[in-house]
Amino acid sequence: MNKYMIYLNSKRCIGCHGCEVHCKTNKDLPVGPFLCEISHEPLKAVKGVPKTEYHFRSCYHCEDPYCVPICPTGAMKKREDGIVYVDTEACIGCMACAGACPWHIPQYNPNTGKAVKCDYCMDRVDAGLKPACVTKCTTRALKFVTIQEL
Amino acid sequence: MRKTVWSMCSMCSVRCPIKVEVEDGKVKWIEGNPHLLKGALCAKGSAGIALQRDSERPQQPLIRRGGRGAGKWEPVSWYTALDYVADKMNKIKEKYGAKAMMLSCRGGPWQDMWKTFIHGFGSPNFTNHDSGCGRNVHHASKSVYGLGRKGFIYDLKNAKHLISFGRNLMASLRVAEVNQIMDMLDNGGSFTYVDVRQTLTGIKATRFFQVRPGTDYALALGMINEVIKQEAYDKEFIEKYTTGFDKMAEFVEQYTAEWAAKECGIKVKKIKDFVSEIGQQRPSVVFHPGWMLSRYKDSFYASRMLHILNVLMGSVEVKGGQQFPKTPADCGVKGLRTFSSLVPKPEDKRADGVGWKYKHFDKGPGLFHLFYDAMLTGEPYPIKGVICYRHDPFNCFPDVAAQKEAFDNCELLVSIDTHYSEFGWYSDVILPESMYLERETPVVTQKGPKPRFAFRDRAVEPRFDTKPSWEIFKMLADRLGMSEYFPYNNAEEMWQFQLEPTGFTIDDLREKGFVALTDEPIMYDRDNLEGKFKTPSGKIEFVSQMLEENGLPSFKPYESPHKPPKGRFRLIFGRSPVHAHGHTINNPLLNELMPENTLWINSRVANRMGISEGDWVDVIADSQKGTIRAHVTDFIHPEAVYTVHGFGRQVPLQSRAYHAGMSDQKLQEGLLEMMDPAGGGLCLCEKFVTVRRSPRNPRRRVEL
Repeated sequence: MNKYMIYLNSKRCIGCHGCEVHCKTNKDLPVGPFLCEISHEPLKAVKGVPKTEYHFRSCYHCEDPYCVPICPTGAMKKREDGIVYVDTEACIGCMACAGACPWHIPQYNPNTGKAVKCDYCMDRVDAGLKPACVTKCTTRALKFVTIQEL
Repeated sequence: MRKTVWSMCSMCSVRCPIKVEVEDGKVKWIEGNPHLLKGALCAKGSAGIALQRDSERPQQPLIRRGGRGAGKWEPVSWYTALDYVADKMNKIKEKYGAKAMMLSCRGGPWQDMWKTFIHGFGSPNFTNHDSGCGRNVHHASKSVYGLGRKGFIYDLKNAKHLISFGRNLMASLRVAEVNQIMDMLDNGGSFTYVDVRQTLTGIKATRFFQVRPGTDYALALGMINEVIKQEAYDKEFIEKYTTGFDKMAEFVEQYTAEWAAKECGIKVKKIKDFVSEIGQQRPSVVFHPGWMLSRYKDSFYASRMLHILNVLMGSVEVKGGQQFPKTPADCGVKGLRTFSSLVPKPEDKRADGVGWKYKHFDKGPGLFHLFYDAMLTGEPYPIKGVICYRHDPFNCFPDVAAQKEAFDNCELLVSIDTHYSEFGWYSDVILPESMYLERETPVVTQKGPKPRFAFRDRAVEPRFDTKPSWEIFKMLADRLGMSEYFPYNNAEEMWQFQLEPTGFTIDDLREKGFVALTDEPIMYDRDNLEGKFKTPSGKIEFVSQMLEENGLPSFKPYESPHKPPKGRFRLIFGRSPVHAHGHTINNPLLNELMPENTLWINSRVANRMGISEGDWVDVIADSQKGTIRAHVTDFIHPEAVYTVHGFGRQVPLQSRAYHAGMSDQKLQEGLLEMMDPAGGGLCLCEKFVTVRRSPRNPRRRVEL
C-alpha cells in the first residue's frame, strides 16, 4: 500500500513552475530531464473572470508498476512505503522502464547515462524532510500527504 | 564539509532572504529563509545554482579593443582594468570636471555605497533605472502624501479587498507578498484585477475588468466619481487628514461611472457593484498604486488617482490596509551608519536638470533618460563618462539605437555586472562582479511592521576572477584618492562600520540571516498621525501644492487614447514568473522553461489576418523589426499585442539567449523622449506597431 502522495491545491498554485526547478536542482539535473510538471487547462470564463485549473504530475508510484519488472538489472525498485525509485548503482541506462511506463515518466539523465525519476526525494523523506518541490513551493500549494488507512 | 550560509537572492530585484547549504565548496541547496519564508522560493531562486555553475558570464576584467559592440575583448588583470578606469576618470575630470561622470544602478537597498562613490568623486550625477519603471508611482505618491512609493507597505494578508490595475503580482513574484495574497483569498478576501489581457494574476481575481489599452485613468476617475456618489468614503478620515477634497469632487463630477464604462469598454453595473462592495469593506481595502507604470501619457495621473482611492477608503495605518513602514528608530534602535554620511554633497547642479530645472522631481536618483540630452548637446554641461552598476540601459530604456548615438559622445563606458549586459557588450570596460552566492553585500535596513537588519554572506568562493562590488568600488576609490569614504579593508570591517551605532554585530545577523528589531508588529495611533505626511501642508493633499507651484495641474482632464489604425496595434509588454527581465534569459534552467517570447494577439483579429497559433509574425516599428511566434487568444484586447520583456538579446557569448525571441524596447523607437512631464516616467506603451503574418512561414516543403 502506498504511504505517500503529493497533492496540489490548484487554488493556491500560481503557475510559477518553481517546483520543476526545485526538483531539478535538488537532483542535480542538467537541461533535458524534468521529473515533475505543472500544466493548466485552457482559460475559461467563470462569472466574467477567465480562470484555469493547474495540475501537478510527477510519478504515480503505481501499486503494480510496469517499470519495475521490465528492468533487466533490477535497478527499478518499489519500497515498502510504495516509493518507486532507481537504484543508480544497478541502472545501466537502457530506459526499458520509460518504454514500459504508460506515461514515460522515467527520464534519461545525460550527465550520468542512467534513468532518473521522481522518488519523492526519499533521502529527504527518510531524514524527516519533505520532497524538494513541496518544501520550496512558492505559495505552499503543494502538500506531501501521508495516506492513513481507515 | 557542510555549512549553512544566510544570504539574499539576487535573481530578480525582490531580494528574498535565502538559506544556502554548501558542501565541500559547492552549493547544494537554496531555500527561502525558513524564519521568514518557511522555505518558499520561486523557480528563479532555485536556478541560482545554475547561474553559479554557468560559464557564459564574464570571467575576468575585459577591456574593449575593437569598435564599440564589436565584441573584441582583451582579458586583463584587475590592476590593469582598475588603473585604466581610474586613469580615464581622472582625464575626464581634468578636461570637463568631475561632474562629467555619471553612475547608474538598479536602485534598491545598497544605493548608499554607489552614491558615495560618485559623490565622493565630485559629481552629483547619481541615477538609476527608475524612469523606465516606477518613477510615476513614486512621484504620484509624493504629490499626495509627501512620501515616496515606499512610504507605505500593504497588509495584504488581512485585506478584505485588493485592487490591482495591471500590477501582475503573481508574475513579478515577491514570494512573501504572493503568499499574503493567497492567504487573503483563502480567508475569503476579494480581488479585483484590471488589465488589457488576462494574466497569471488575473486568473486569481474575483472580479476582472478587461479595459481598452490606455484607459486606466478613466476607470480610476469613474470609480472615484462613484465612490463620492455612493458616499462610500471615510468622511472622518478625509475631514481630519486631507485638503482639497471639494476641488477633487468637483473635478471628477463629469467622469461618471457610466462614462468610464463606455470609455473602458466594460459594464457600468460592474463598476457600481464594485464600489458598493469596497464601501462595505473599507478601510481594509488596498488599491495597488502600480509598480512599473512608465506606460501611458497619463500613468502618473492614473497612479495619483489610485493613491487617492486608498485615501478615500481611509486605508492608512489600518489592519488590512496601507501601513507606515516602521524604522529602527520606532524600535528604539539607532540606524546603520551610512557611507554617504562621510561625503560632502557635490555642489554642482545635476546634468539631468532634476532639482533645478525640474523642481518637482525627486533629487535622489534623478531621471536617467534626461542624461542622454546632456551627452548629445553638452547642455547644461557634457556627460563624458558612464558607469552602470548592475543596470542595463539597453534593456531598460526604449530605442536602443538612439541611446547608442548618445553614448557615442562619451569617452568612457564602464559596466560592472555579474553577467554580460547589452550595455556591457557595448561598453569599454567590463568589471565582472561575483554573482550573489559568491559575494557579501553591506547590511541593509528592511522597514516594515517588524523592521530588521539583514545581509548577504558569501556562500562559496568565486569560480572566476570576479570581485564583490564593495571591493571593486573600494579599489577604484583607492586609485582616485578617496579611500576615506570606504573605511574598510574587508567585508567584516565594512559591516562593523555600518553596525557600530546599532549595538549589533555581524555575528548577531549570522544566526539566521537577519536580526528582528521587535517581536511584535508596531502600529501608530491612527488618531494621531500628525507630522507623518510630508507634504507642504502636512496633510494628505488632493490638490498638490508641489504640482501647482511647478505649473502642473493636480487634476488632468482626461484625454482618450488614440485608437491604432487598421493592421496596427499598441505594443504592451510584461513579466513572466520564470524570468527577471533580461537578467535570466540565458540561465540554463530558466531558459529551458521559457527560451523565447511570443506575441499575444486577439483571436478575432488574428483570424481576420490569417494568423494561427504558433505562426511566425513580423512585428514592425519604424525601422526595427522583430519576428516571433504568435499566441492567439481570446483574452487580450483587440487593440493590443503583448510580449514578455527581456528577450531578443544580442550578446553572442550568451549562446542560449542570443537572438532568441524579440526585444520590445528596440521597437519602442522615438519613445526615449516621450516623458510624462508631471511624473518623470517614460511612456513605453505609447508605440503602435504593424503586425503581419511573416513570410518566414513556409508555404511548401521544398526539401525532402
